[in-house]
Amino acid sequence: MPEFVLTVARFGFLILLWIFVFTVVGVIRRDLFAGGRTKSIVASPRGVGGAVLQGRPAKAKRGKAARQLVVTAGNLAGTRITLGEAMITIGRAEDSTLVITDDFASARHARLVPREGQWFVEDLGSTNGTYLDRGKVSGPTPVPLGVPIRIGRTSLELRP
Amino acid sequence: MTASAVPAPTPTSTGEMSRIRGLKTRRNAELGLLVFAMLLVAAFGATVEANQFDEIRPGFWLPAALIGTLFLGLHMVVRFTAPYADPVLLPAVALINGIGVAFLRRLDIARAIAQETPEPGLFADTSGRQLAWTLLSLVLASVLLLVLRDHKIISRYAYTLGLVGIVLMMIPAVLPEDYSEVNGAKIWIKFGAFSIQPGEFAKLALVSFFAYYLVRKREVLSLASHRFLGIDFPRGRDLGPVLTVWLFSLLVLVFEKDLGTALLYFGLFVVTLYVATERSSWLIIGLLLFFGGVYVAYLLGAAIGGPFANFYDRAELWLDPFSQENYTRESGNSYQLVQGLLGLGTGGLFGTGPGAGSPGKVPEVRTDFIFAGLGEEIGLFGLSAILIIYLLIVERGLHAALAVRDSFGKLVAGGLAFTLGLQLFVILGGITGLIPLTGQTTPFLSAGGSSLMANWLLIAMLLRISDAARRPANTPAERAGGPKKAPTQLHGAMTEVIKP
Repeated sequence: MPEFVLTVARFGFLILLWIFVFTVVGVIRRDLFAGGRTKSIVASPRGVGGAVLQGRPAKAKRGKAARQLVVTAGNLAGTRITLGEAMITIGRAEDSTLVITDDFASARHARLVPREGQWFVEDLGSTNGTYLDRGKVSGPTPVPLGVPIRIGRTSLELRP
Repeated sequence: MTASAVPAPTPTSTGEMSRIRGLKTRRNAELGLLVFAMLLVAAFGATVEANQFDEIRPGFWLPAALIGTLFLGLHMVVRFTAPYADPVLLPAVALINGIGVAFLRRLDIARAIAQETPEPGLFADTSGRQLAWTLLSLVLASVLLLVLRDHKIISRYAYTLGLVGIVLMMIPAVLPEDYSEVNGAKIWIKFGAFSIQPGEFAKLALVSFFAYYLVRKREVLSLASHRFLGIDFPRGRDLGPVLTVWLFSLLVLVFEKDLGTALLYFGLFVVTLYVATERSSWLIIGLLLFFGGVYVAYLLGAAIGGPFANFYDRAELWLDPFSQENYTRESGNSYQLVQGLLGLGTGGLFGTGPGAGSPGKVPEVRTDFIFAGLGEEIGLFGLSAILIIYLLIVERGLHAALAVRDSFGKLVAGGLAFTLGLQLFVILGGITGLIPLTGQTTPFLSAGGSSLMANWLLIAMLLRISDAARRPANTPAERAGGPKKAPTQLHGAMTEVIKP
């Protein structure tokens, strides 16, 4: 076998090996960002039909956007948080945005995430669950204004 | 293909349609990567033939095609039983397993040439046996995927599994040395020509048990604490289980004469504890306990010998492998370690090329030292690629742990992924001289049935959990009365809450 072929084989194998590594990383990358592109990624809350889902962009218009998060029931009743661009985490953990002292809440219970002017509530694997109005939240769910989010004994609402 | 079967939103549907990620199953990406991996194995085989026989024969692709068919079988099983499983796990592991078999075949060929015997057939010798073990492992993994449709079912058998794990772990320690000792480590069960390492399976059972135990106790362990030096330390009585496991692993160290196994079990427990409680104090306590215990064992070995002597000897070899005294000792010398290091050094940056080195000089190059042998031929450049593939496998396991919704699954996936990484650290650290050498197998790479089977079962578990993690919350199949979802609060319900 000529020396040249052996050298090509030797380095060719190493190069192929690294190409494999980068292909795998590429697949992982696509997996990570797969959700970000599609529009209908989020669920509509229970009891709200598909028609409302289609009307959602209209609802999220300026002027009707949520400006405040108000605690309406529970130990922290009356607390207000002004909403900005940042995500709001709720739970017993001290580094949560809203630290609730509620026996039925988990350390990292739920979070509120803004996307294109609409706030979504998402349960973070809590023990006792997060409820939007009556329905249990099991994925990112848009939160309409004035609909109570219930975490343990605490109730929260978005207000304009 | 099922891969693109995205559940289309119907106007009448009112429930939660889907979660953000995981709409796509990505099974075709998995298939593509798998084919790529097998091409790499074929390329490895071709280079070996070019170097060993001076020609590439027309049948060079046969071994790769053969093992590729086996992996394809598992891929089909995954396609039907865990369609949303992580697309990267299977091909990455398949590549490492395939390269392992190809490298073993290369060693067999070299040995046959040296002994002037005819070239071993595809199903003969070490590589043939490894191929058979691969087949058996894949069958076991498929059976696990087929039988276990929901990983939460395991938690029902947690205490049984814990008992099984401890028994498996203890058997070699209590068996007479004739039946349990190979190269100074008592981690085997031998019957005749056949031997298994029960510890490889014990770790799977123990992970499940630890996960179940900690899911129940996590609140107590993470809430009740007092602050000292800026770190939250747990209460004394909560230390009980950790101290028990610590004592247990030290007993393993003494009676099985194996630091690696001890480190594996203890590290596994401490990390699961850390994942369950999110307290770094457990890591600190664990590390201090372990290194303290090991240091005491070393001192005891120097002072009184006895059961600690083996560990003392290994530590001595590790401290100075190149010294004349350690290298030329009658038994338990550093010859193997030094040959491994020289092999890695010979490989240098790019290696000698597959088939061009002489890994046969390293004792036990088929099992414990396969990484040193491989390193000689593919060099630092190739080894880092292999290490990154291992890293990605572990990362995908941890990712599944992060994404899955139930705490039991989180702890199992995290624990399993971490075990894989820790085992790799123990053996590679030993080969490269970072820690005292102990005979662990390199997962998926070294020759040996128990290790291969146990690790494929581990991957099957990770596939199952990652499937649960990426699966849309409510697929049409489930709505139509498919497999029922277990109540999500099954394992959180029993936590005891104590106010700090």
